Amino acid sequence: MGLPWPKKMADVHMYVYHRCMAFAAPAIPLRIDSVVKRFGDLTAVSSVSLQVRERACLGLLGPNGAGKSTLIRAISGRVRLDAGSIRVFGEPAASAAARAALGWVPQELALYPLLTCRENLEAFGRYQGLRGKALHDGVAWCLEWAALADRAGATVKTLSGGMRRRLNMAAGLVHRPRMVLLDEPTVGVDPQSRNRIFDMVAELRNQGATVIYTTHYMEEAERLCDTIAIMDHGRIIAQGPKEELVEQSFGRRSDVLMRFAAAAGNAGAWATAHGGMMQAGDEGLAHFAVAQPTDIAALLDAAARDGLEVVDVVLRRPNLESVFLHLTGRDLRP
Amino acid sequence: MIDMISMIAAIVLNGFRALRRDRGALILSFILPVAFFSIFAGIFGGMGGSSTPRVSVLVVDEDRSAVSGRLVQALLQEPSLDASTHPKPKKGGPVPPDYTAAGAETAVKQGEAPAALIIPKGFGAHPMALGPGGERATIRLLHDSSDPVAAQMVAGMLQKVAMTSLPDTMAQVGMRYFERASGGLTPEQRKSIEAAMSRIPASPNAAVRNGPAGDAGFVALDVRDVVGEKKQNSMISFYAAGIGVMFLLFTASAAGGSLLDESESGALDRILSSRVSMTTLLAGKMAYSALLASAQLTLMFLWGATVFHLDLFGHIPGFIVMTAVTSFAVAGFGMLLASVSHTRAQAGAISTLIILTMSAIGGSMFPRYFMPEAMQKVGLITINAWAIDGYTKVFWRDEPILQLAPQVGVLIGAGIVLFVIARRFARRWEYS
Repeated sequence: MGLPWPKKMADVHMYVYHRCMAFAAPAIPLRIDSVVKRFGDLTAVSSVSLQVRERACLGLLGPNGAGKSTLIRAISGRVRLDAGSIRVFGEPAASAAARAALGWVPQELALYPLLTCRENLEAFGRYQGLRGKALHDGVAWCLEWAALADRAGATVKTLSGGMRRRLNMAAGLVHRPRMVLLDEPTVGVDPQSRNRIFDMVAELRNQGATVIYTTHYMEEAERLCDTIAIMDHGRIIAQGPKEELVEQSFGRRSDVLMRFAAAAGNAGAWATAHGGMMQAGDEGLAHFAVAQPTDIAALLDAAARDGLEVVDVVLRRPNLESVFLHLTGRDLRP
Repeated sequence: MIDMISMIAAIVLNGFRALRRDRGALILSFILPVAFFSIFAGIFGGMGGSSTPRVSVLVVDEDRSAVSGRLVQALLQEPSLDASTHPKPKKGGPVPPDYTAAGAETAVKQGEAPAALIIPKGFGAHPMALGPGGERATIRLLHDSSDPVAAQMVAGMLQKVAMTSLPDTMAQVGMRYFERASGGLTPEQRKSIEAAMSRIPASPNAAVRNGPAGDAGFVALDVRDVVGEKKQNSMISFYAAGIGVMFLLFTASAAGGSLLDESESGALDRILSSRVSMTTLLAGKMAYSALLASAQLTLMFLWGATVFHLDLFGHIPGFIVMTAVTSFAVAGFGMLLASVSHTRAQAGAISTLIILTMSAIGGSMFPRYFMPEAMQKVGLITINAWAIDGYTKVFWRDEPILQLAPQVGVLIGAGIVLFVIARRFARRWEYS
């Protein structure tokens, strides 16, 4: 699976090499070493290094403009690097072997709108060098996998948003790649379609694929990914399993959200004095980090003593979103 | 009221600010109209030189008499005709021998000139006649009916030149006609007329030469279409090729524009992340475009054959060759257009501009031989001109396929060059 037969003699040595290497020592699916990419004065990716192990699902998170898309495009061989290297199963990212091993699902609906589902899949399968039975089988698998078998003859423009998203994913996987890049695959779909997409990703993983998943929905990353990498300003600022990231950012502490009555004019100063901070854009909501849930009682006593009326209190274990906001801040990004 | 004026002023200012930053819109707004004006002024206005283009005519003097010699000289000096008695000598080479009647006919068939005049033996003895039954030699006018204006003009100018260059002959003819019609002159009348005729110069004066063209038909003329005489409808192949190529260019630019659609939808990125290279993709698009163009041309000529009796099936090899090379060149044009444009809208605007210009100067809208010579030469930078010339050779002049070599060479070369340049521009899509 993943490596097509060579079409010409010049590719034979590459094929043999790849097969031999597969037996000798399984290459890491993705190895990124000190990658730098600049666009004029802007450094989109700055000294990024990353490794993804076989069958892992890496969630690549980051605010808008963090450099995720550039990194994803670089992995798919579509970016000329200013420094560093990217290897896919040991092969340079833009090489034919890497392209064959990789399935890229872009965020945009990169489909032919006037072609049917089957025709789209056949087209992208052929672009990956599939012919005959391999193409037929690949298309059939994709239609089943994306639950589009009954709409195989429908043109893209007649499909619902969720169906288009699923077809968009399938079009990147006709050649059954060993590693899949999914760039925000659930943008703009309803909950039913989103759940279906989650099932599709899970099925991919069950079949042995390595997955790199970018999203702005933290709950998706928590649900699907076993490793998280958070990017900001072109750098990877945190990397590891979700639990480790929470531990690194918050230790054993929990987050307490305390809402004050509208009349509490000095709430901001009081919260700062007690180790908390007001939420940006919300004058009445303060965040506190507490080591034990019982610490809430002390905070409530102090507020009562100082004449502040508390109208709501929430205790929350930090999650991936907490880590994300903690690391990337709450300021709006362009 | 002041608020309203202020808002209108702001809107106007915004418009100009946006225009200032939009180079394409600026060009379309200002340079395009001037360019089109210049092109059409050049075509119809003679590029500021002489107002009417001179009509080329080959002259063959089979009579070699003094009278025919004077007529030939007068034709050569006629400012509205570009008359020649022999082919143009090669640079530094000797002057070629004069045309024979057969040679002139061949030259007209091959499109070297739209008309030829053959002055027959015995013309000097009976150059012209007045009234019915007058004995006169008949000059033959061979012409190419794809240029109907040329034949009319040469015929008219011949009568004018004959009258003005042979005034003495005309007077003699007039006297003979009068004598025949009046039943004979008295010896005194004859003596007086001969005295008057002796004062008529043998060569025309300037005032007469520049007078209005005569159309009285003193000189007998046998007009024959030597190129299209057997054809059902002379201009169908021209219009099929001319209009066909113009629309082909539009279609090719639209087909090339699919690259821009794919770029905007992200499909291009996805394709290029597969095993398809940019060169492969462009070649595939160009092949599709060329096939589409071939289908369009085939349909056009089939329609011409069915409805207008164009002899398509008698010219299949030439049609296939010209259709293949024309489609190739046109597809290359579409690729280049797509690769230099950044958006579909921009490609649409640029293609309209370029295609209309190419079609105007390349002869798709009206034949190039109606244009001044300078414009005819400028037209050779267009695909239209070479394609139309090739189809004309096939359908109009019945020339063998080997004669298509210049057109085939130029159109294939154009297709290759356009593709190479397009590939160069397409590098911007390859990597970021």
